[in-house]
Amino acid sequence: MNRKNFLYLTGMGIGGAMLKGIPVIGSPISAEAAMQGGIDVALKKRMADVALNAARSKGATYTDVRIGRYLRQFVVTREEKVQNVVNTESYGMGIRVLANGCWGFAATDKMDNDSIAKAAAAAVAIAKENARIQTEPVQLAPQKGYGEVNWKTPIEKNAFEVPIKDKVDLLLKVNDTAMKAGANYITSIIFSVNEQKYFASTDGSYIDQDVHRIWPTFFATHVDAKSGKFETRNALSSPRGMGYEYLIPKAADKITNMPTTLYRNSYDMIEDAGFAGKQGAEKMAAKSVEAGKYDLILDPSNLWLTIHESVGHPSELDRVLGYEANFAGTSFLTLDKWKSGKFNFGSKNVNILADKLQPGSLGAVGYDDEGVKCGQWDIIKDGILVNYQTIRDQAHIIGLNASQGCCYADGWSDVQFQRMPNISLQPGKAPLTPTELIKNVEKGIYIVGDSSFSIDQQRYNFQFSGQLYYEVKNGKIVGMLNDVAYQSNTQEFWNSCVAVCDKSDYRLGGSFFDGKGQPEQVSAVSHGSSTARFNGVNIINTARKI
Amino acid sequence: MAILSEEEARSLMKKALSYSKADECEINLNGSDSANIRYARNSVSTSGAIGQTSLVVSSAFGKKLGVATINEYDDASLEKVVRRSEELAQLAPENPEFMPFLGPQTYAPQNPKMYDQKTAEMSPKLRTDMVAQSLQVAKDNKLTAAGFLQNTGSFAAMMNSHGLFAYNTASDINFSVTLRSEDGKGSGYASRDYEDYTKMDTLNLTKVAAQKATASVTAKAIEPGKYTVILEPSAGIVLLEQLYGGLDARSADEGRSFLSKPGGGTKLGDKLVDERVTIYSDPQNPDLPSSSWNGDGRPQERVNWIEKGVIKNLSYSRYWAQKKGVKAVPGPDAITMMGGDQSLEDLIKGTERGILVTRLWYIRPVDPQTLLYTGLTRDGTFYIENGQIKFPVKNFRFNESPIIMLNNLEALGRPERAVSGESFQSAMIPPMKIRDFTFSSLSDAV
Repeated sequence: MNRKNFLYLTGMGIGGAMLKGIPVIGSPISAEAAMQGGIDVALKKRMADVALNAARSKGATYTDVRIGRYLRQFVVTREEKVQNVVNTESYGMGIRVLANGCWGFAATDKMDNDSIAKAAAAAVAIAKENARIQTEPVQLAPQKGYGEVNWKTPIEKNAFEVPIKDKVDLLLKVNDTAMKAGANYITSIIFSVNEQKYFASTDGSYIDQDVHRIWPTFFATHVDAKSGKFETRNALSSPRGMGYEYLIPKAADKITNMPTTLYRNSYDMIEDAGFAGKQGAEKMAAKSVEAGKYDLILDPSNLWLTIHESVGHPSELDRVLGYEANFAGTSFLTLDKWKSGKFNFGSKNVNILADKLQPGSLGAVGYDDEGVKCGQWDIIKDGILVNYQTIRDQAHIIGLNASQGCCYADGWSDVQFQRMPNISLQPGKAPLTPTELIKNVEKGIYIVGDSSFSIDQQRYNFQFSGQLYYEVKNGKIVGMLNDVAYQSNTQEFWNSCVAVCDKSDYRLGGSFFDGKGQPEQVSAVSHGSSTARFNGVNIINTARKI
Repeated sequence: MAILSEEEARSLMKKALSYSKADECEINLNGSDSANIRYARNSVSTSGAIGQTSLVVSSAFGKKLGVATINEYDDASLEKVVRRSEELAQLAPENPEFMPFLGPQTYAPQNPKMYDQKTAEMSPKLRTDMVAQSLQVAKDNKLTAAGFLQNTGSFAAMMNSHGLFAYNTASDINFSVTLRSEDGKGSGYASRDYEDYTKMDTLNLTKVAAQKATASVTAKAIEPGKYTVILEPSAGIVLLEQLYGGLDARSADEGRSFLSKPGGGTKLGDKLVDERVTIYSDPQNPDLPSSSWNGDGRPQERVNWIEKGVIKNLSYSRYWAQKKGVKAVPGPDAITMMGGDQSLEDLIKGTERGILVTRLWYIRPVDPQTLLYTGLTRDGTFYIENGQIKFPVKNFRFNESPIIMLNNLEALGRPERAVSGESFQSAMIPPMKIRDFTFSSLSDAV
């Protein structure tokens, strides 16, 4: 599902239209059906074996099968109204084969033996046809079969089992709170995802996984009819690889000594809505920023997206090699830079970890979508580029004997390919709080929340905005600013990182909608960090008149 | 699965509808078959085929709606899905903005150019042959190709208990290619999208990308600032679609749109951009065919959105239109921006100093109040002097509003079909010459 479809479903794009069938993201089902257990594992194994055998009989030298049941639930409210309650299900099978040294793929939502065998044959036929225009055969990193194994997101409360009424009541309370605090309009959403994924391959793996994610969010708008101005403040939640427990606030998860409350591993949606309701008007009244160089103090709720775009994407090996050149682009982190062992990506404060296991993260799974057990590894160590992210058919290019487990497909009908693991900035080792960090800043801006984001196709030049901007003068926050965007070059930016707060401040941000590939697929990924300081970053003023 | 004919679809939906006991019931039936080849590093990388269908039943009791779906079509399955949707409707909260389903509608006949069976049913060999032509251009020019070719056949049908019936079929082939020099210093791009595969010339499109890749090697850095630019249609479309895609009445009425006025009211009827700008949508356009009905069953007709610079129409949901007592005009589809007779070459010839932009990339909103967007040039950016392309220049980041841009219009060329690299939607867009286009910084990206 892409962001456009999300906006459509949630009614934000077209003013609350009722959902009709949108096959691309799955089909509506009942909440009751969504709560039913997944497909019986024995049945999935039988169907997978039909596909594996059919492909082998047609000449495939390797086959993997993904049977997916993807459940999504959208509960959408607007002001005092329930706008949409939709459960969708997408169920089918994707079959990927190697034949004549070339990949082929076919997918079907008809799950009888005959349809499965036909899809397997189609995948082989496509592979053989495409082998005509292939320059060299696919080289797969070896992968042992795991036999029959399973993995489940360690959730405390399955969001799909929480009554719709409870979610509606929460969202309407959120809306009421924001509007009483000053918002004129608000859309609030709880978006829940459950990926029931079964993987089987000719390596001998039969992997059953049950992956859960949740994203509560809102968009609160304050309008000044007289001036015709409006300002929106979005939720400071993050999408998480968790169950409904994320929406049960815990005092220990709140950071309350900053201008707005910030949240760690649970989210107080009502409280945040109250802040948002006030802050729309505050943003409108805030001083327009004077363009120039400032020291930036970036909260994890803003920095996650900068990490995503400027570290996560350029360290994807498929981009480095040119596999994304036609759409997402390539990367400035070319192989020669990695081979040198000396490429100075950032300052010594910059340590970036790739992690497919991180609890509560969006990217956490036991095994990737080509049957590789997941783990963690360094991407940037003390500022130096030390590794990439890769999958089975590219691992040999950087001298690896095994994949790093970064393969993912958006759904059963999409071919799996290299996707970003959780990529996070590691906290500083010395004790340091955000308040202490700000104390030493003479002329700076403290930025909370994410907003506009754009980066070039090789990941050099970027521009980011936020939800809230606070002017810092002589070590103190002195007021709010508006019309702020920061522009920089990736290497310059990360080399200007002079401090990262300690692990007590570490928090996860993330996205449900990381887009890549053709046809475009999205993946969900988290990025953690503590508050960090970047010196002398270029700020532009974004105010215009029309 | 095969694309269902109108009669097959009607018969299936009629059967499903016969089981309904709700106040109102509506059936949507969709199906598609799609296949693609993706290539990179001058070789195929991934490819595949997918077929899927769904039947969606929406049942309503008063203002309570229930929706259920199925992809099995025997009588028992059809009855089951209707019952399920009715059970859900009884359990659902009331939606005060719920609108009763539409009655019978009059639709224009399907644009005959919208569906081509041969395009819907292309063989793996045909796709491979088309890609092979593209790859050969790359090899002949010592360039590295990455591209994507996809064909799709689909149908959509709709029927409800008030007598509405709608049906259409669609075919599509889309192709895009990026060629890069072996040293990574030059890059060129071309893309197209059609309903008929015979219009898709992968050979010539790749030659265009090859020429740009070769010509863009060793780009010079010039200072960012305000420049006269010529936006090729594939560049212009990604900014224009932010404008015509945002012509929504409700957000304007609510005061949270670039179309909202200080003191209340909207800019409907106001002159917003240069008087040479006229933008309309027309599903019957033979060069850009689209459906004569939209997703909720409303007819899609020709609509002038901007006429001689004046905002002429805004789109309305059925609920908002009823509240405002106006016609519920659905959102635009099959957009054309009118232009002049000049070719792209003519625009270049008439430019003393300027920058030619092939493609814009990573377009994101910065300020919805002014429709300010940021993004970057990509895959072929060139400096023009005295009517000639002089040398390639490094890419820029821009911060620009399509409204400001269309008020700084110098000239419009002949519209041509372009496909957006952001939304993947097609439109007829002229090449545009714009003065004072704001480039705010340089990018080292190639």
